[in-house]
Amino acid sequence: MDEAPILHENALNRRRLLMERSRPGRTGVALPDSDVPPQLNPEASMLRQDLDLPEVTEGEVVRYFTHLSQLNFSIDTHFYPLGSCTMKYNPRLNETIAANPGFSMSHPAQPAHQIQGALEVIHTLQSFLSKVSGLPGVSLSPLAGAQGELSGVLTLRAALNDRGQGHRKKMLIPDTAHGTNPASAAMAGFDVISIGSGPDGNIDLDSIRAEANSDLAGVMFTQPTTLGLFDKKAIEMCEIVHQAGGLVYGDGANMNALLGRVKLGHLGFDVVHMNLHKTFSTPHGGGGPGAGPICVTEELSKFLPGPIATTNELTKLYELTMPEKTIGRSGAFQGNFGVLVRAFTYISLLGNQGMLDISGNAVLNANYLLAKLRDLYELPYDRKVMHEVVFSAKKRLGASALDISKRLLDYGFHAPTMYFPLVVAEALMIEPTETESKETLDAFIEVLHQIDLEAAQDSSFLHEAPYNTPLSRLNEAKAARNPELRWNKAN
Amino acid sequence: MHSQSFKSPFIPNTSEDRASMLAEVGAQSIDELFEDIPSEYRHPELGLPEPLSEMEVIKKMNSLAIKNLHAGNYLNFLGAGAYQHFCPSVVPFLVTRGEFLTSYTPYQPEVSQGTLQGTYEFQSLTAELFGMEVSNAGMYDGATSLAEAALMACRVTKRNQITVLDTVNQRYIDTIRAYAMPQALEVNLVSAENLDLNADTSCLISQYPNFYGCIEEMQTLSDLAHSRGALFVMSCDPIALAMFKTPGDFGADIATGEGQALGVPLSFGGPYVGIFTCRKDYLRQMPGRISGKTTDSNGKTGYVLTLQPREQHIRRENATSNICTSTALIALWATVYSSLMGKHGLRRVADLCYQKSHYAASEIAKLPGYSLVNDRTFFQEFVVSCPKDFETTNYGLEKAGILGGYDVSDKYHNGMLICVTEVATKTDIDHLVETLGAISQNG
Repeated sequence: MDEAPILHENALNRRRLLMERSRPGRTGVALPDSDVPPQLNPEASMLRQDLDLPEVTEGEVVRYFTHLSQLNFSIDTHFYPLGSCTMKYNPRLNETIAANPGFSMSHPAQPAHQIQGALEVIHTLQSFLSKVSGLPGVSLSPLAGAQGELSGVLTLRAALNDRGQGHRKKMLIPDTAHGTNPASAAMAGFDVISIGSGPDGNIDLDSIRAEANSDLAGVMFTQPTTLGLFDKKAIEMCEIVHQAGGLVYGDGANMNALLGRVKLGHLGFDVVHMNLHKTFSTPHGGGGPGAGPICVTEELSKFLPGPIATTNELTKLYELTMPEKTIGRSGAFQGNFGVLVRAFTYISLLGNQGMLDISGNAVLNANYLLAKLRDLYELPYDRKVMHEVVFSAKKRLGASALDISKRLLDYGFHAPTMYFPLVVAEALMIEPTETESKETLDAFIEVLHQIDLEAAQDSSFLHEAPYNTPLSRLNEAKAARNPELRWNKAN
Repeated sequence: MHSQSFKSPFIPNTSEDRASMLAEVGAQSIDELFEDIPSEYRHPELGLPEPLSEMEVIKKMNSLAIKNLHAGNYLNFLGAGAYQHFCPSVVPFLVTRGEFLTSYTPYQPEVSQGTLQGTYEFQSLTAELFGMEVSNAGMYDGATSLAEAALMACRVTKRNQITVLDTVNQRYIDTIRAYAMPQALEVNLVSAENLDLNADTSCLISQYPNFYGCIEEMQTLSDLAHSRGALFVMSCDPIALAMFKTPGDFGADIATGEGQALGVPLSFGGPYVGIFTCRKDYLRQMPGRISGKTTDSNGKTGYVLTLQPREQHIRRENATSNICTSTALIALWATVYSSLMGKHGLRRVADLCYQKSHYAASEIAKLPGYSLVNDRTFFQEFVVSCPKDFETTNYGLEKAGILGGYDVSDKYHNGMLICVTEVATKTDIDHLVETLGAISQNG
């Protein structure tokens, strides 16, 4: 809105795709000639015809991707209160350590005696996460949170089979859960049953009791819940499920709130996954890579996905082994090691006291937002919250959660998570994290009040927001109706 | 107890801030905010180490890193699914820019065009390289990408048997089994010479080049799969595809690959990125994120996450997969690498791998006691049958500053799978050959 039209045109040109920049004869790299005696080439019939990749110089590549990066909001550039994603500052020390050639140039299939340092990182991080969760068995092999969930419920499945309870198919999942929970349960072969919450936002124990019979495999439960609440009924829920012969899976996506405050293993959870890219501050990377380690009880340890790091009794060396009755491999190698090193570095730097400071300040910041915004939006559950607060924008007539979110972008704030959890109408799910200052939170609060005034004056103005971003609202229906998913000569 | 001087460099709240915020919140202390946690469970002994300074952490981590032998200070001839390729210096500078590194899944496309357009470039690159119609935004790694392809083939064909050639990477086969088992899908391992597909076979899964480096008769396999109404699925090395015919040329229905080969650090096994491509007809059964082209309300071109009704956050238990991530940052790494290499560079890399590995193989074959176990065309890896057992051979190489190949003695007598890429010079290869010669002569 404050940019001249000519600059917009310019900006568009700067977004030309690589193939549109390509000119025959340019190159982005200087490669050597072969220094070995010429070898017989394969038959021509085995070779591909053409390879239509760009021909661009290094300088053009730098300018293009630098420009693209500048079109992004990120933690480094903007407050990013995306609920349930724990968008906290990512220390660069972690990057430096992960780039150490001793880690970044180790080959994943080297024999154990050559890679004792890497295995010690894995072994020690296993014990760190065991301490955080209060559960003795740990596998770092799952490659992301959703794979941690899948591995977790498969471990649970294996334990039930081992008990001769393989017929149990019913998996109870609260309606507030992340979509990955039911999707993972379905991939693991369970029948998903959705469970509601009570008026206080806690799990409805009567619904759990009603399903607690000989078909019950277990429950997948997020603690704190996606409403940002610590649900103390979860403790009784674990007892009910255990008495019925089921097991309890804990989704640890929101572990940032609980560091040093409570251990989920103590509450009765049998399996817990953690998102290292959330709680332990490994970069989100525009949508990965993550890591989704799982922690389990003694009974479930032998079913963990592998490999895991163990010590050889005889040689005293660290080695990679598959647990006795493992559910199998999470991927080709031993997990997203580069992510594990970053999390290990972060925990080593902050230690016990740092963990308490994280949870304490994260929870304080969320409650501060609650206190300062409660007059503006409807609060579906009027309680102290943990790491995030979920409001409903429904009482702001004329301005939807979407409108408010889009207008926030104009003011230089990333939007909260919107329309989730599904049980809250017009949900705005705000997670400030511990790394934001009071000044930032105050500015955010002020802007939300400003947007409210704008809505009161002319709500149609908000329907068109954002105005100051690189592009205005995008036509998602058009993208889906006629999918254009790659460059080709015709378009 | 903790040291009194500890102060997190990442937390801005001062004690004054905390006091005024607590007053707004209506609480006496931070601990009071945790009172929903029953007291008997609250504040357990955490048991982590005490905090360290940044200097101390660097020292500690260096002391661990230095215990590893690695491809930076040893000559490396190990591949087997993770490949050391040269990566131009500029790549990490671009990829680790904070705007890429510290953003997340582009839920707000107006302020995420960098990630979305980068993803679109990745899809364009992989689809072109694989000769396939469409690609998604990326999966965890090559193994899980292939496992998801197997599940997708079962959904598409409504059949429940997965047939895998025995020349596919064993780690990938194990991953397929881990994904298939809970859904009661059957996984059959077969050899190409003895193929038996039936009416329940959803797909035939192959690797190209296969785990032992060889190029198999892909057209024959593809035709056979299709004649039985099964899908043909290929797991491919992307560098090899700069040189050899593509999955699209063979009529593959789904083609996957390990994107790590596109200049991504070995990093002891991850993070990598899985490539996932398929026929356009099967788009709505595809797992994972997809970036699509569209326009904004002013008619300007832009990109959004599209075809989301396949995904877990919309479809929950009916989604095509539970996957959330697209391993976007590693996909971006592979994209920047490939844009620098470009049309001729990527082919040159493939040619160098081919030339150097064939030189190495022919020199090793001249050594007394060593022989090549395959006479098929290979790309950059080949199996050598050694006169000494694998451990002796590999230890001898290590003593000479070489990370030796992969142990395939379960399949071939004293077999070692050796990988030679463009990073090896003739001098490096000659050192490998001389060392192997010396090992065979020593007692």
